[in-house]
Amino acid sequence: MTSPLLSLDRISLSYGDIDVLHDVSLDVMPGEFVSILGPSGAGKSTIFKLLTGAATARSGEIRFAGKQLAPTDRPFAFMPQRDALMPWRRIIDNTTLGLEVQGLPRKQARKRVEPLFQEFGLSGFEQHYPSALSGGMRQRAALLRTVVQDKPVLLLDEPFGALDALTRNQMQIWLEAMWLKHRWTIVLITHDVREAVMLSDRIHLLTPRPARVEQTIEVPLPRARFSHPGARAEAAIIETSILDFLLSPKIQQQEGQLP
Amino acid sequence: MRSRMFRDHALQALPALVAAGSLLLAWEIYCRFSGISETTLPAPSQVIQQAWLNREALWLNTVPTLRATLLGFSLSLVLAFLLSVLIDFSALMRRALFPIFIASQTLPLVAIAPLVVLWFGFGLLPKILLVALVTFFPMLVALAEGYASTEKEVEDLLASMGASRWRRFRLARLPSALPYFFAGLRISITYAVVAAIFAEYAGAARGLGIYMLNAKNNFRPDLVLAAVLVSSLLTLLLFSATWAVQRLAAPWIDGSSGRRI
Repeated sequence: MTSPLLSLDRISLSYGDIDVLHDVSLDVMPGEFVSILGPSGAGKSTIFKLLTGAATARSGEIRFAGKQLAPTDRPFAFMPQRDALMPWRRIIDNTTLGLEVQGLPRKQARKRVEPLFQEFGLSGFEQHYPSALSGGMRQRAALLRTVVQDKPVLLLDEPFGALDALTRNQMQIWLEAMWLKHRWTIVLITHDVREAVMLSDRIHLLTPRPARVEQTIEVPLPRARFSHPGARAEAAIIETSILDFLLSPKIQQQEGQLP
Repeated sequence: MRSRMFRDHALQALPALVAAGSLLLAWEIYCRFSGISETTLPAPSQVIQQAWLNREALWLNTVPTLRATLLGFSLSLVLAFLLSVLIDFSALMRRALFPIFIASQTLPLVAIAPLVVLWFGFGLLPKILLVALVTFFPMLVALAEGYASTEKEVEDLLASMGASRWRRFRLARLPSALPYFFAGLRISITYAVVAAIFAEYAGAARGLGIYMLNAKNNFRPDLVLAAVLVSSLLTLLLFSATWAVQRLAAPWIDGSSGRRI
């Protein structure tokens, strides 16, 4: 068995009096598509904040490739909830943002992203401003900006949450295809159970605040799931069992106690 | 294509032109039929006629006003930008300086203009200073609000990429402030001309302000209004120039919804 690429070991964190994370432990294997699934306000995004350095844990340890995570030069490329495209930059210059921050001259950075526009369904839109793009295209541009940073792990924070249902489905199909081709290591935060089941190898299920990993669910369905006969039906069964768990009286009761 | 665009623009301007034309017409009719003396209220036709006859004198007095306006406004922009950066980076400086900036806005121009002329003479300097004093605060507030309007997610994203505070400022906060900057520019450019005229009114060798004062003292309200006409045209011209600059410098503002100002 290979060792995990990334692991969180009994992480606890609180903002003032509010316990947000309580002994959260989870791991991510190299090349794995992992989802962190939990109710709204459970502290899912806080986990990403810990990873990107925007927050610090009270206790516990984060390890990357077996070593404790260094405070600078982190191995993550982060995609925030809304696309966070800069309206004053053309699409091509939005996608090179991470490379520019890394110190690559703009011209070289452009050269590096240009060949990827085709694959991301954005060719012809290099010189457009974000306001000219549809929601799905904006998300693809944001994902392109994330992957060209060439970091070992992609952190996607509810990337399709703001899209309409149809576009969201199209984006999920597209993302699975892209992942099958590139085999990025992906950590996806979502509260959409179907999205988690259709996309992930494993799902870490969080409880309401203070969040713990209640359960880790393997999703042993064949790929590509959206086109595979039978995969959808099986996915529906897993989805139902997760929903049953999330809606169970025990979890509901905890939710009722939230401040 | 081009001529059609021109026609569309002309059509859009039509209501404004009709409204302004009607007001002028009413004024003209009143002057003709009420028998009011032309040294009290001259008709618009007379104002325009006198403006044309005195075009050389008006132009000679417009140049210094325009110069004072542009120099004062430039000074104000440079100061507002430098100080806005300072208070954006230092909460201490913000707390220390902001009350002073606000206090500077409470000074009544009527009282301060003659004093500034007394201290700095009849030359260009007091005009520049007064224009800067009047336009500085709106520009500073516009920039400060603009920085604060930066989307948190964009800053978080840059932080996750390892960008320093200065880098985040340059890549996110500064461009985010541009729509606010141009809104502030349009507001304060209209104050700028008025401030320059006020400064000249308090004492100057040449300029639209002193021209108005002399015309009034010579019982020539038509020439006062001719100078007013020129100053209004000047303001409108500068106001349109801000749109042109915005289109050139930040063409994205027009297109991005919700940011339109």
